[in-house]
Amino acid sequence: MSQSVLHPGLDLRRKRSWRSTKSLLMSVLMGLSVVAVLIPLIAVMYAVISRGAGVMFASFPEFFTAEIPMISRKAGPGMGPAIVGTLLATGGATLIAVPLGILGAVYLHEYGGTTKFASIVRFMTTVMTGVPSIVMGLFIYLTWTMKFGYSAFGGALALACLMLPVVISSTEQMLRLVPTNLREASYALGASKSRTIVSVVLPAALPGIVSGSLLAIARAAGETAPLLFAVGAATAYNPHLFTEANTALSLQIFSNATSSFVAAQERAWGAALTLMTLTFMLTVIARIFTARFALKR
Amino acid sequence: MAVTQAANKRAGSPSAPGRIQLERRSAPALDETEAVFDVENAEVFYGHFRAVRDVNLKIYKNQITAFIGPSGCGKTTMLRTFNRMHDVIPGARVAGKIHFHDVDLYGPEVSATEVRRRIGMVFQKPNPFPKSIYDNISFGPRVNGVSNKAELDTIVEKSLRSAALWDEVKDRLRNSALGLSGGQQQRLCIARTIAVEPEVVLMDEPCSALDPIATARIEELMRELKSRFTIVIVTHNMQQAARVSDRTAFFTAELDSKNDQRTGILVEYDVTAKMFSNPSDERTENYITGRFG
Amino acid sequence: MIDLRGKSAHADRAFRWVAVGAAALVLLVLGLIAVVMTDKARPVLAEMGLDFFTSTRWSAPDVLYGALPFIWGTLYTAAIALAIAVPVSLGVALFVTQIAPRWLKKPLVYMIDLVAVVPSVVFGLWGVLVLSQHFGLGRSFLTAGIILAVMITPIITSLAREVIETTPASEKEAALALGATRWEMIGATVLPHSKGGLVGAVMLGLGRALGETIAAALVIGSALGQITTNPFAPGNSMPAVIANEWGEADDMHKSALIALAVTLFIITIVVNLIATSIVQRSMRRSRGKV
Repeated sequence: MSQSVLHPGLDLRRKRSWRSTKSLLMSVLMGLSVVAVLIPLIAVMYAVISRGAGVMFASFPEFFTAEIPMISRKAGPGMGPAIVGTLLATGGATLIAVPLGILGAVYLHEYGGTTKFASIVRFMTTVMTGVPSIVMGLFIYLTWTMKFGYSAFGGALALACLMLPVVISSTEQMLRLVPTNLREASYALGASKSRTIVSVVLPAALPGIVSGSLLAIARAAGETAPLLFAVGAATAYNPHLFTEANTALSLQIFSNATSSFVAAQERAWGAALTLMTLTFMLTVIARIFTARFALKR
Repeated sequence: MAVTQAANKRAGSPSAPGRIQLERRSAPALDETEAVFDVENAEVFYGHFRAVRDVNLKIYKNQITAFIGPSGCGKTTMLRTFNRMHDVIPGARVAGKIHFHDVDLYGPEVSATEVRRRIGMVFQKPNPFPKSIYDNISFGPRVNGVSNKAELDTIVEKSLRSAALWDEVKDRLRNSALGLSGGQQQRLCIARTIAVEPEVVLMDEPCSALDPIATARIEELMRELKSRFTIVIVTHNMQQAARVSDRTAFFTAELDSKNDQRTGILVEYDVTAKMFSNPSDERTENYITGRFG
Repeated sequence: MIDLRGKSAHADRAFRWVAVGAAALVLLVLGLIAVVMTDKARPVLAEMGLDFFTSTRWSAPDVLYGALPFIWGTLYTAAIALAIAVPVSLGVALFVTQIAPRWLKKPLVYMIDLVAVVPSVVFGLWGVLVLSQHFGLGRSFLTAGIILAVMITPIITSLAREVIETTPASEKEAALALGATRWEMIGATVLPHSKGGLVGAVMLGLGRALGETIAAALVIGSALGQITTNPFAPGNSMPAVIANEWGEADDMHKSALIALAVTLFIITIVVNLIATSIVQRSMRRSRGKV
């Protein structure tokens, strides 16, 4: 009973007023905005899966292995060279950006601290994170591709430029989480600073660093603009990192999306499904690492 | 500089009167064995803040020396000067004479890592590395150049036995050290410290995060380890100091008239039995009888 | 005999210098970008002068490069994107932090973060083959704005969530204890508390929207010389022009495209810097360290 018999004025029942209605209304609006975010996500996933899977499984496994038709109106598979190109460019970028990024973060957190140089580098890392990817693409074209020609490596350089600041700041955040007393324990055993960093600090932060790096790799794998001017437009397999024009899944999606030929559009959907699967997988693995890290803390 | 140091070393350490440690805890006077540390007019600064001043004392070999005193009196600060742990704190600076045997710990050619290999430290909160028990113990020896697997196995077992932990963990050496209880973790940290065979073990309130039973085990362990190591322990717990230590140093914080900051000073340093029964300084007596701090 | 001299100091110092080198690489790359790009942009700026920024004619055959329509297109699509994304992101962030039951919170955050992982070219593909064709939007400012809105929503949401979660529970409880409804509590404590951070989050979203290339290039319509507020008209944006025209550009044309990139670079960096400084300041303040 929410109404008092002894005190007739005491009534704790919910009253319908403009205030409560307004609050309810706003809550509904918030719920609707969640729906508004999920609709495009579901719509995109639905389109990519339904149309991509059709293409993919109509010619399975040739879609993943066959070369890209030179004449784009021709129906049929495949995306083999683009998959190889994406792996080459992303893998190359990872090999460049992840070690350098971790080292940079080690400098910032373990050596630099609040010194002026470290503050400048930290500030510039933020600046670099904001550089539009197309600008990175042009930069690599001007400094690398113009001299050495198209190659997957040019793409790798451009992607590495995008990844570097992301890896630095995510790694620095992880290093910040490593308790100081672990460092002290290592010093107290006679370990040098570099030894402490390599054998204690980095292993302790490793799951977080891996997770952050995987997210950066996932984003890089999906990038198009940086590859646009550096990789070229091959249709045949090119397993070489440093020489000859190559291609990538994202580049194939970009060029085929605006094609008026249905066959090319179909291949674009297939490539989109392949690329999304790749980036989602990397993201899920990153999440697993994060979850394991969370358990340990 | 190196030449004179070497010359000093050749000249030999000051003659050590009694090398044999006698268990004479009840006696008011304790033999002065060889001094491991010789501190004169030591001061520690954090930036412009003077944390400790005018410390003069000697730490004797194979004895347990306890630093007691109220919070903020600089006892931990003083402890950390002995293995140069201040080096890793930006702005921290040590002045005065701090000699390890006959070598100036803060001499120009002295390496902090070499110092710490000989002078280990156990911290307030158990801080095992997020690695396996085995890797925790073998870390120190590995860092110091031991890579032979059999040798490492021997060291790990020996250290864990010394820390009275072997029987509890021998079947799960490959498990994470973070799975151990707080008391076990702290004994693991002690085992890790003695695995590098230091000469001195510094302990910074090693029991403050532990329950009474775990504390008792650590104290027992300290008494056992005394025959092999020189131990300096900082403790908040006066009973603990009275129970385990041979000598006790009482620190307190005093207002520095020059800059209105509280600076730690050493009030009194003597054989523990005397400190707790018949201290010569009134401030010590007040603290020990609970009238202050 | 005690020898306390260092033995491994060389390795230690070498490691330190390697780390310093890696950190300095950031400065090197940024410096190179600035130098190389402005150098290559010089020819067109010498030719066009300030007209590059004010003229509306962009015609490679006539060697006329007026970038104003593209600057306009970039700003206009970004404005449309913000107009959609800001209220939605704020609503989502409030829903997740204030309303959603605990079990729903995590999956919801995962789903929204998943949007950020979808490659922009996939959004572009969906925009050009589904959104613009089946919803009668055509390729236009609005289509580009919608796609950009979808892409920046997770960015704004996740930052807004972080900022909102710094509101002390005691303040919220105080408001509720005074008889405030949930919305009144949000209006009285959460929003004022996180105002600065929210502005910063929006600015970061803006920075991303300005620089986004591929999705815009696919759906904006690639019209030349359009300065219009009609959202259904086809237009063009700076990054889209660079992506679409680079392939067949001669030297002067390339210089013009690089000049566009430099302009874009400067605008996004200014926006991002303002955003980060706002976010950092408000985060510091909400943690109590002014």
